[in-house]
Amino acid sequence: MNINPPHSINIKTAFRKTLRAFINLLPIIFGMLLLTSMVLSVLPSSLVARVFGHGALADVILGAGFGGVVTGHPLASYILGGELLMMDISLIAITAFIVSWVTVGVVQFPAEALLLGTRFALHRNLLCFFSAIGLAYMTVYTLEWLS
Amino acid sequence: MKPSRDKKPNSRGGWIFLALVLLLYAGVALWDMEVVNLASHRFMGILRQVIPILFLVFGLLLVVNLVLNQQRIKKYFGQDSGIKGWLLALGSGAIASGPVYPWYALMGDLKQKGMRTALVTAFLYSRAIKLPLLPLMVHYFGGLYTAVLTFYIIGFAVLNGLLMEKLEHSPTHDNH
Repeated sequence: MNINPPHSINIKTAFRKTLRAFINLLPIIFGMLLLTSMVLSVLPSSLVARVFGHGALADVILGAGFGGVVTGHPLASYILGGELLMMDISLIAITAFIVSWVTVGVVQFPAEALLLGTRFALHRNLLCFFSAIGLAYMTVYTLEWLS
Repeated sequence: MKPSRDKKPNSRGGWIFLALVLLLYAGVALWDMEVVNLASHRFMGILRQVIPILFLVFGLLLVVNLVLNQQRIKKYFGQDSGIKGWLLALGSGAIASGPVYPWYALMGDLKQKGMRTALVTAFLYSRAIKLPLLPLMVHYFGGLYTAVLTFYIIGFAVLNGLLMEKLEHSPTHDNH
């Protein structure tokens, strides 16, 4: 079987590979947009606001925790985060949610532990959870300072 | 390691997900058609905004596929890579796309072959940047927010890398 040599990806091969990846991405994008639209139509914004809305610290912990537990394409976190922002959920909580979505992986933990070691996976996920909180505060405070 | 023909395992997952969401719509339609109409209307509104950005995402993915492959990453992540290693770990993490599982496998393999724990951590953390999807983040949160967040992600990737190296080299190190 002919595998691409390491340093010679031509445009045709790259285009085919990109198209395949992009086509695989489309159902996730459409699915997430449809699901987000449905959730936002079914769930009253007051309920989501009630789940968050308990002070900055509680919101940011909730955002980081929620982002770490759910799994899926990062694109979904942007879409969901963007919609939550329109519902007046705090930007700190949303930032923690977006960052921990990619950096913390509760669902992926067994695979990470298997491939990189339990100790490594545990330490990394804990560090990333707390980092998401710190990073969220720093990002929003920096934005406030800049503006 | 067996040479892999990428994408096969997950190629159907997205379509199954979409089918399940459409089934959900069908189920909700039986219960309350008004909710489906409202959701569809909202969906069309979001879609109109997202479509132009998808073309940009495609272009960026193409660029990534032209310049990056796993062999290249493997070559430059050596133990004594210094600043170059850091830059490569952060840069390749930012442009690495797809599910995280193949990257765990690659990082596990490289870690066993002597790649620094700090660089493994930095690579995994900088995946949060998602370079091809930045236009979408700018669309939702604005350019300044995206720039500040990206800056801090890079900073925290380095910080976490260094902390992880300290933790991993503590006396009760777990050799998996």
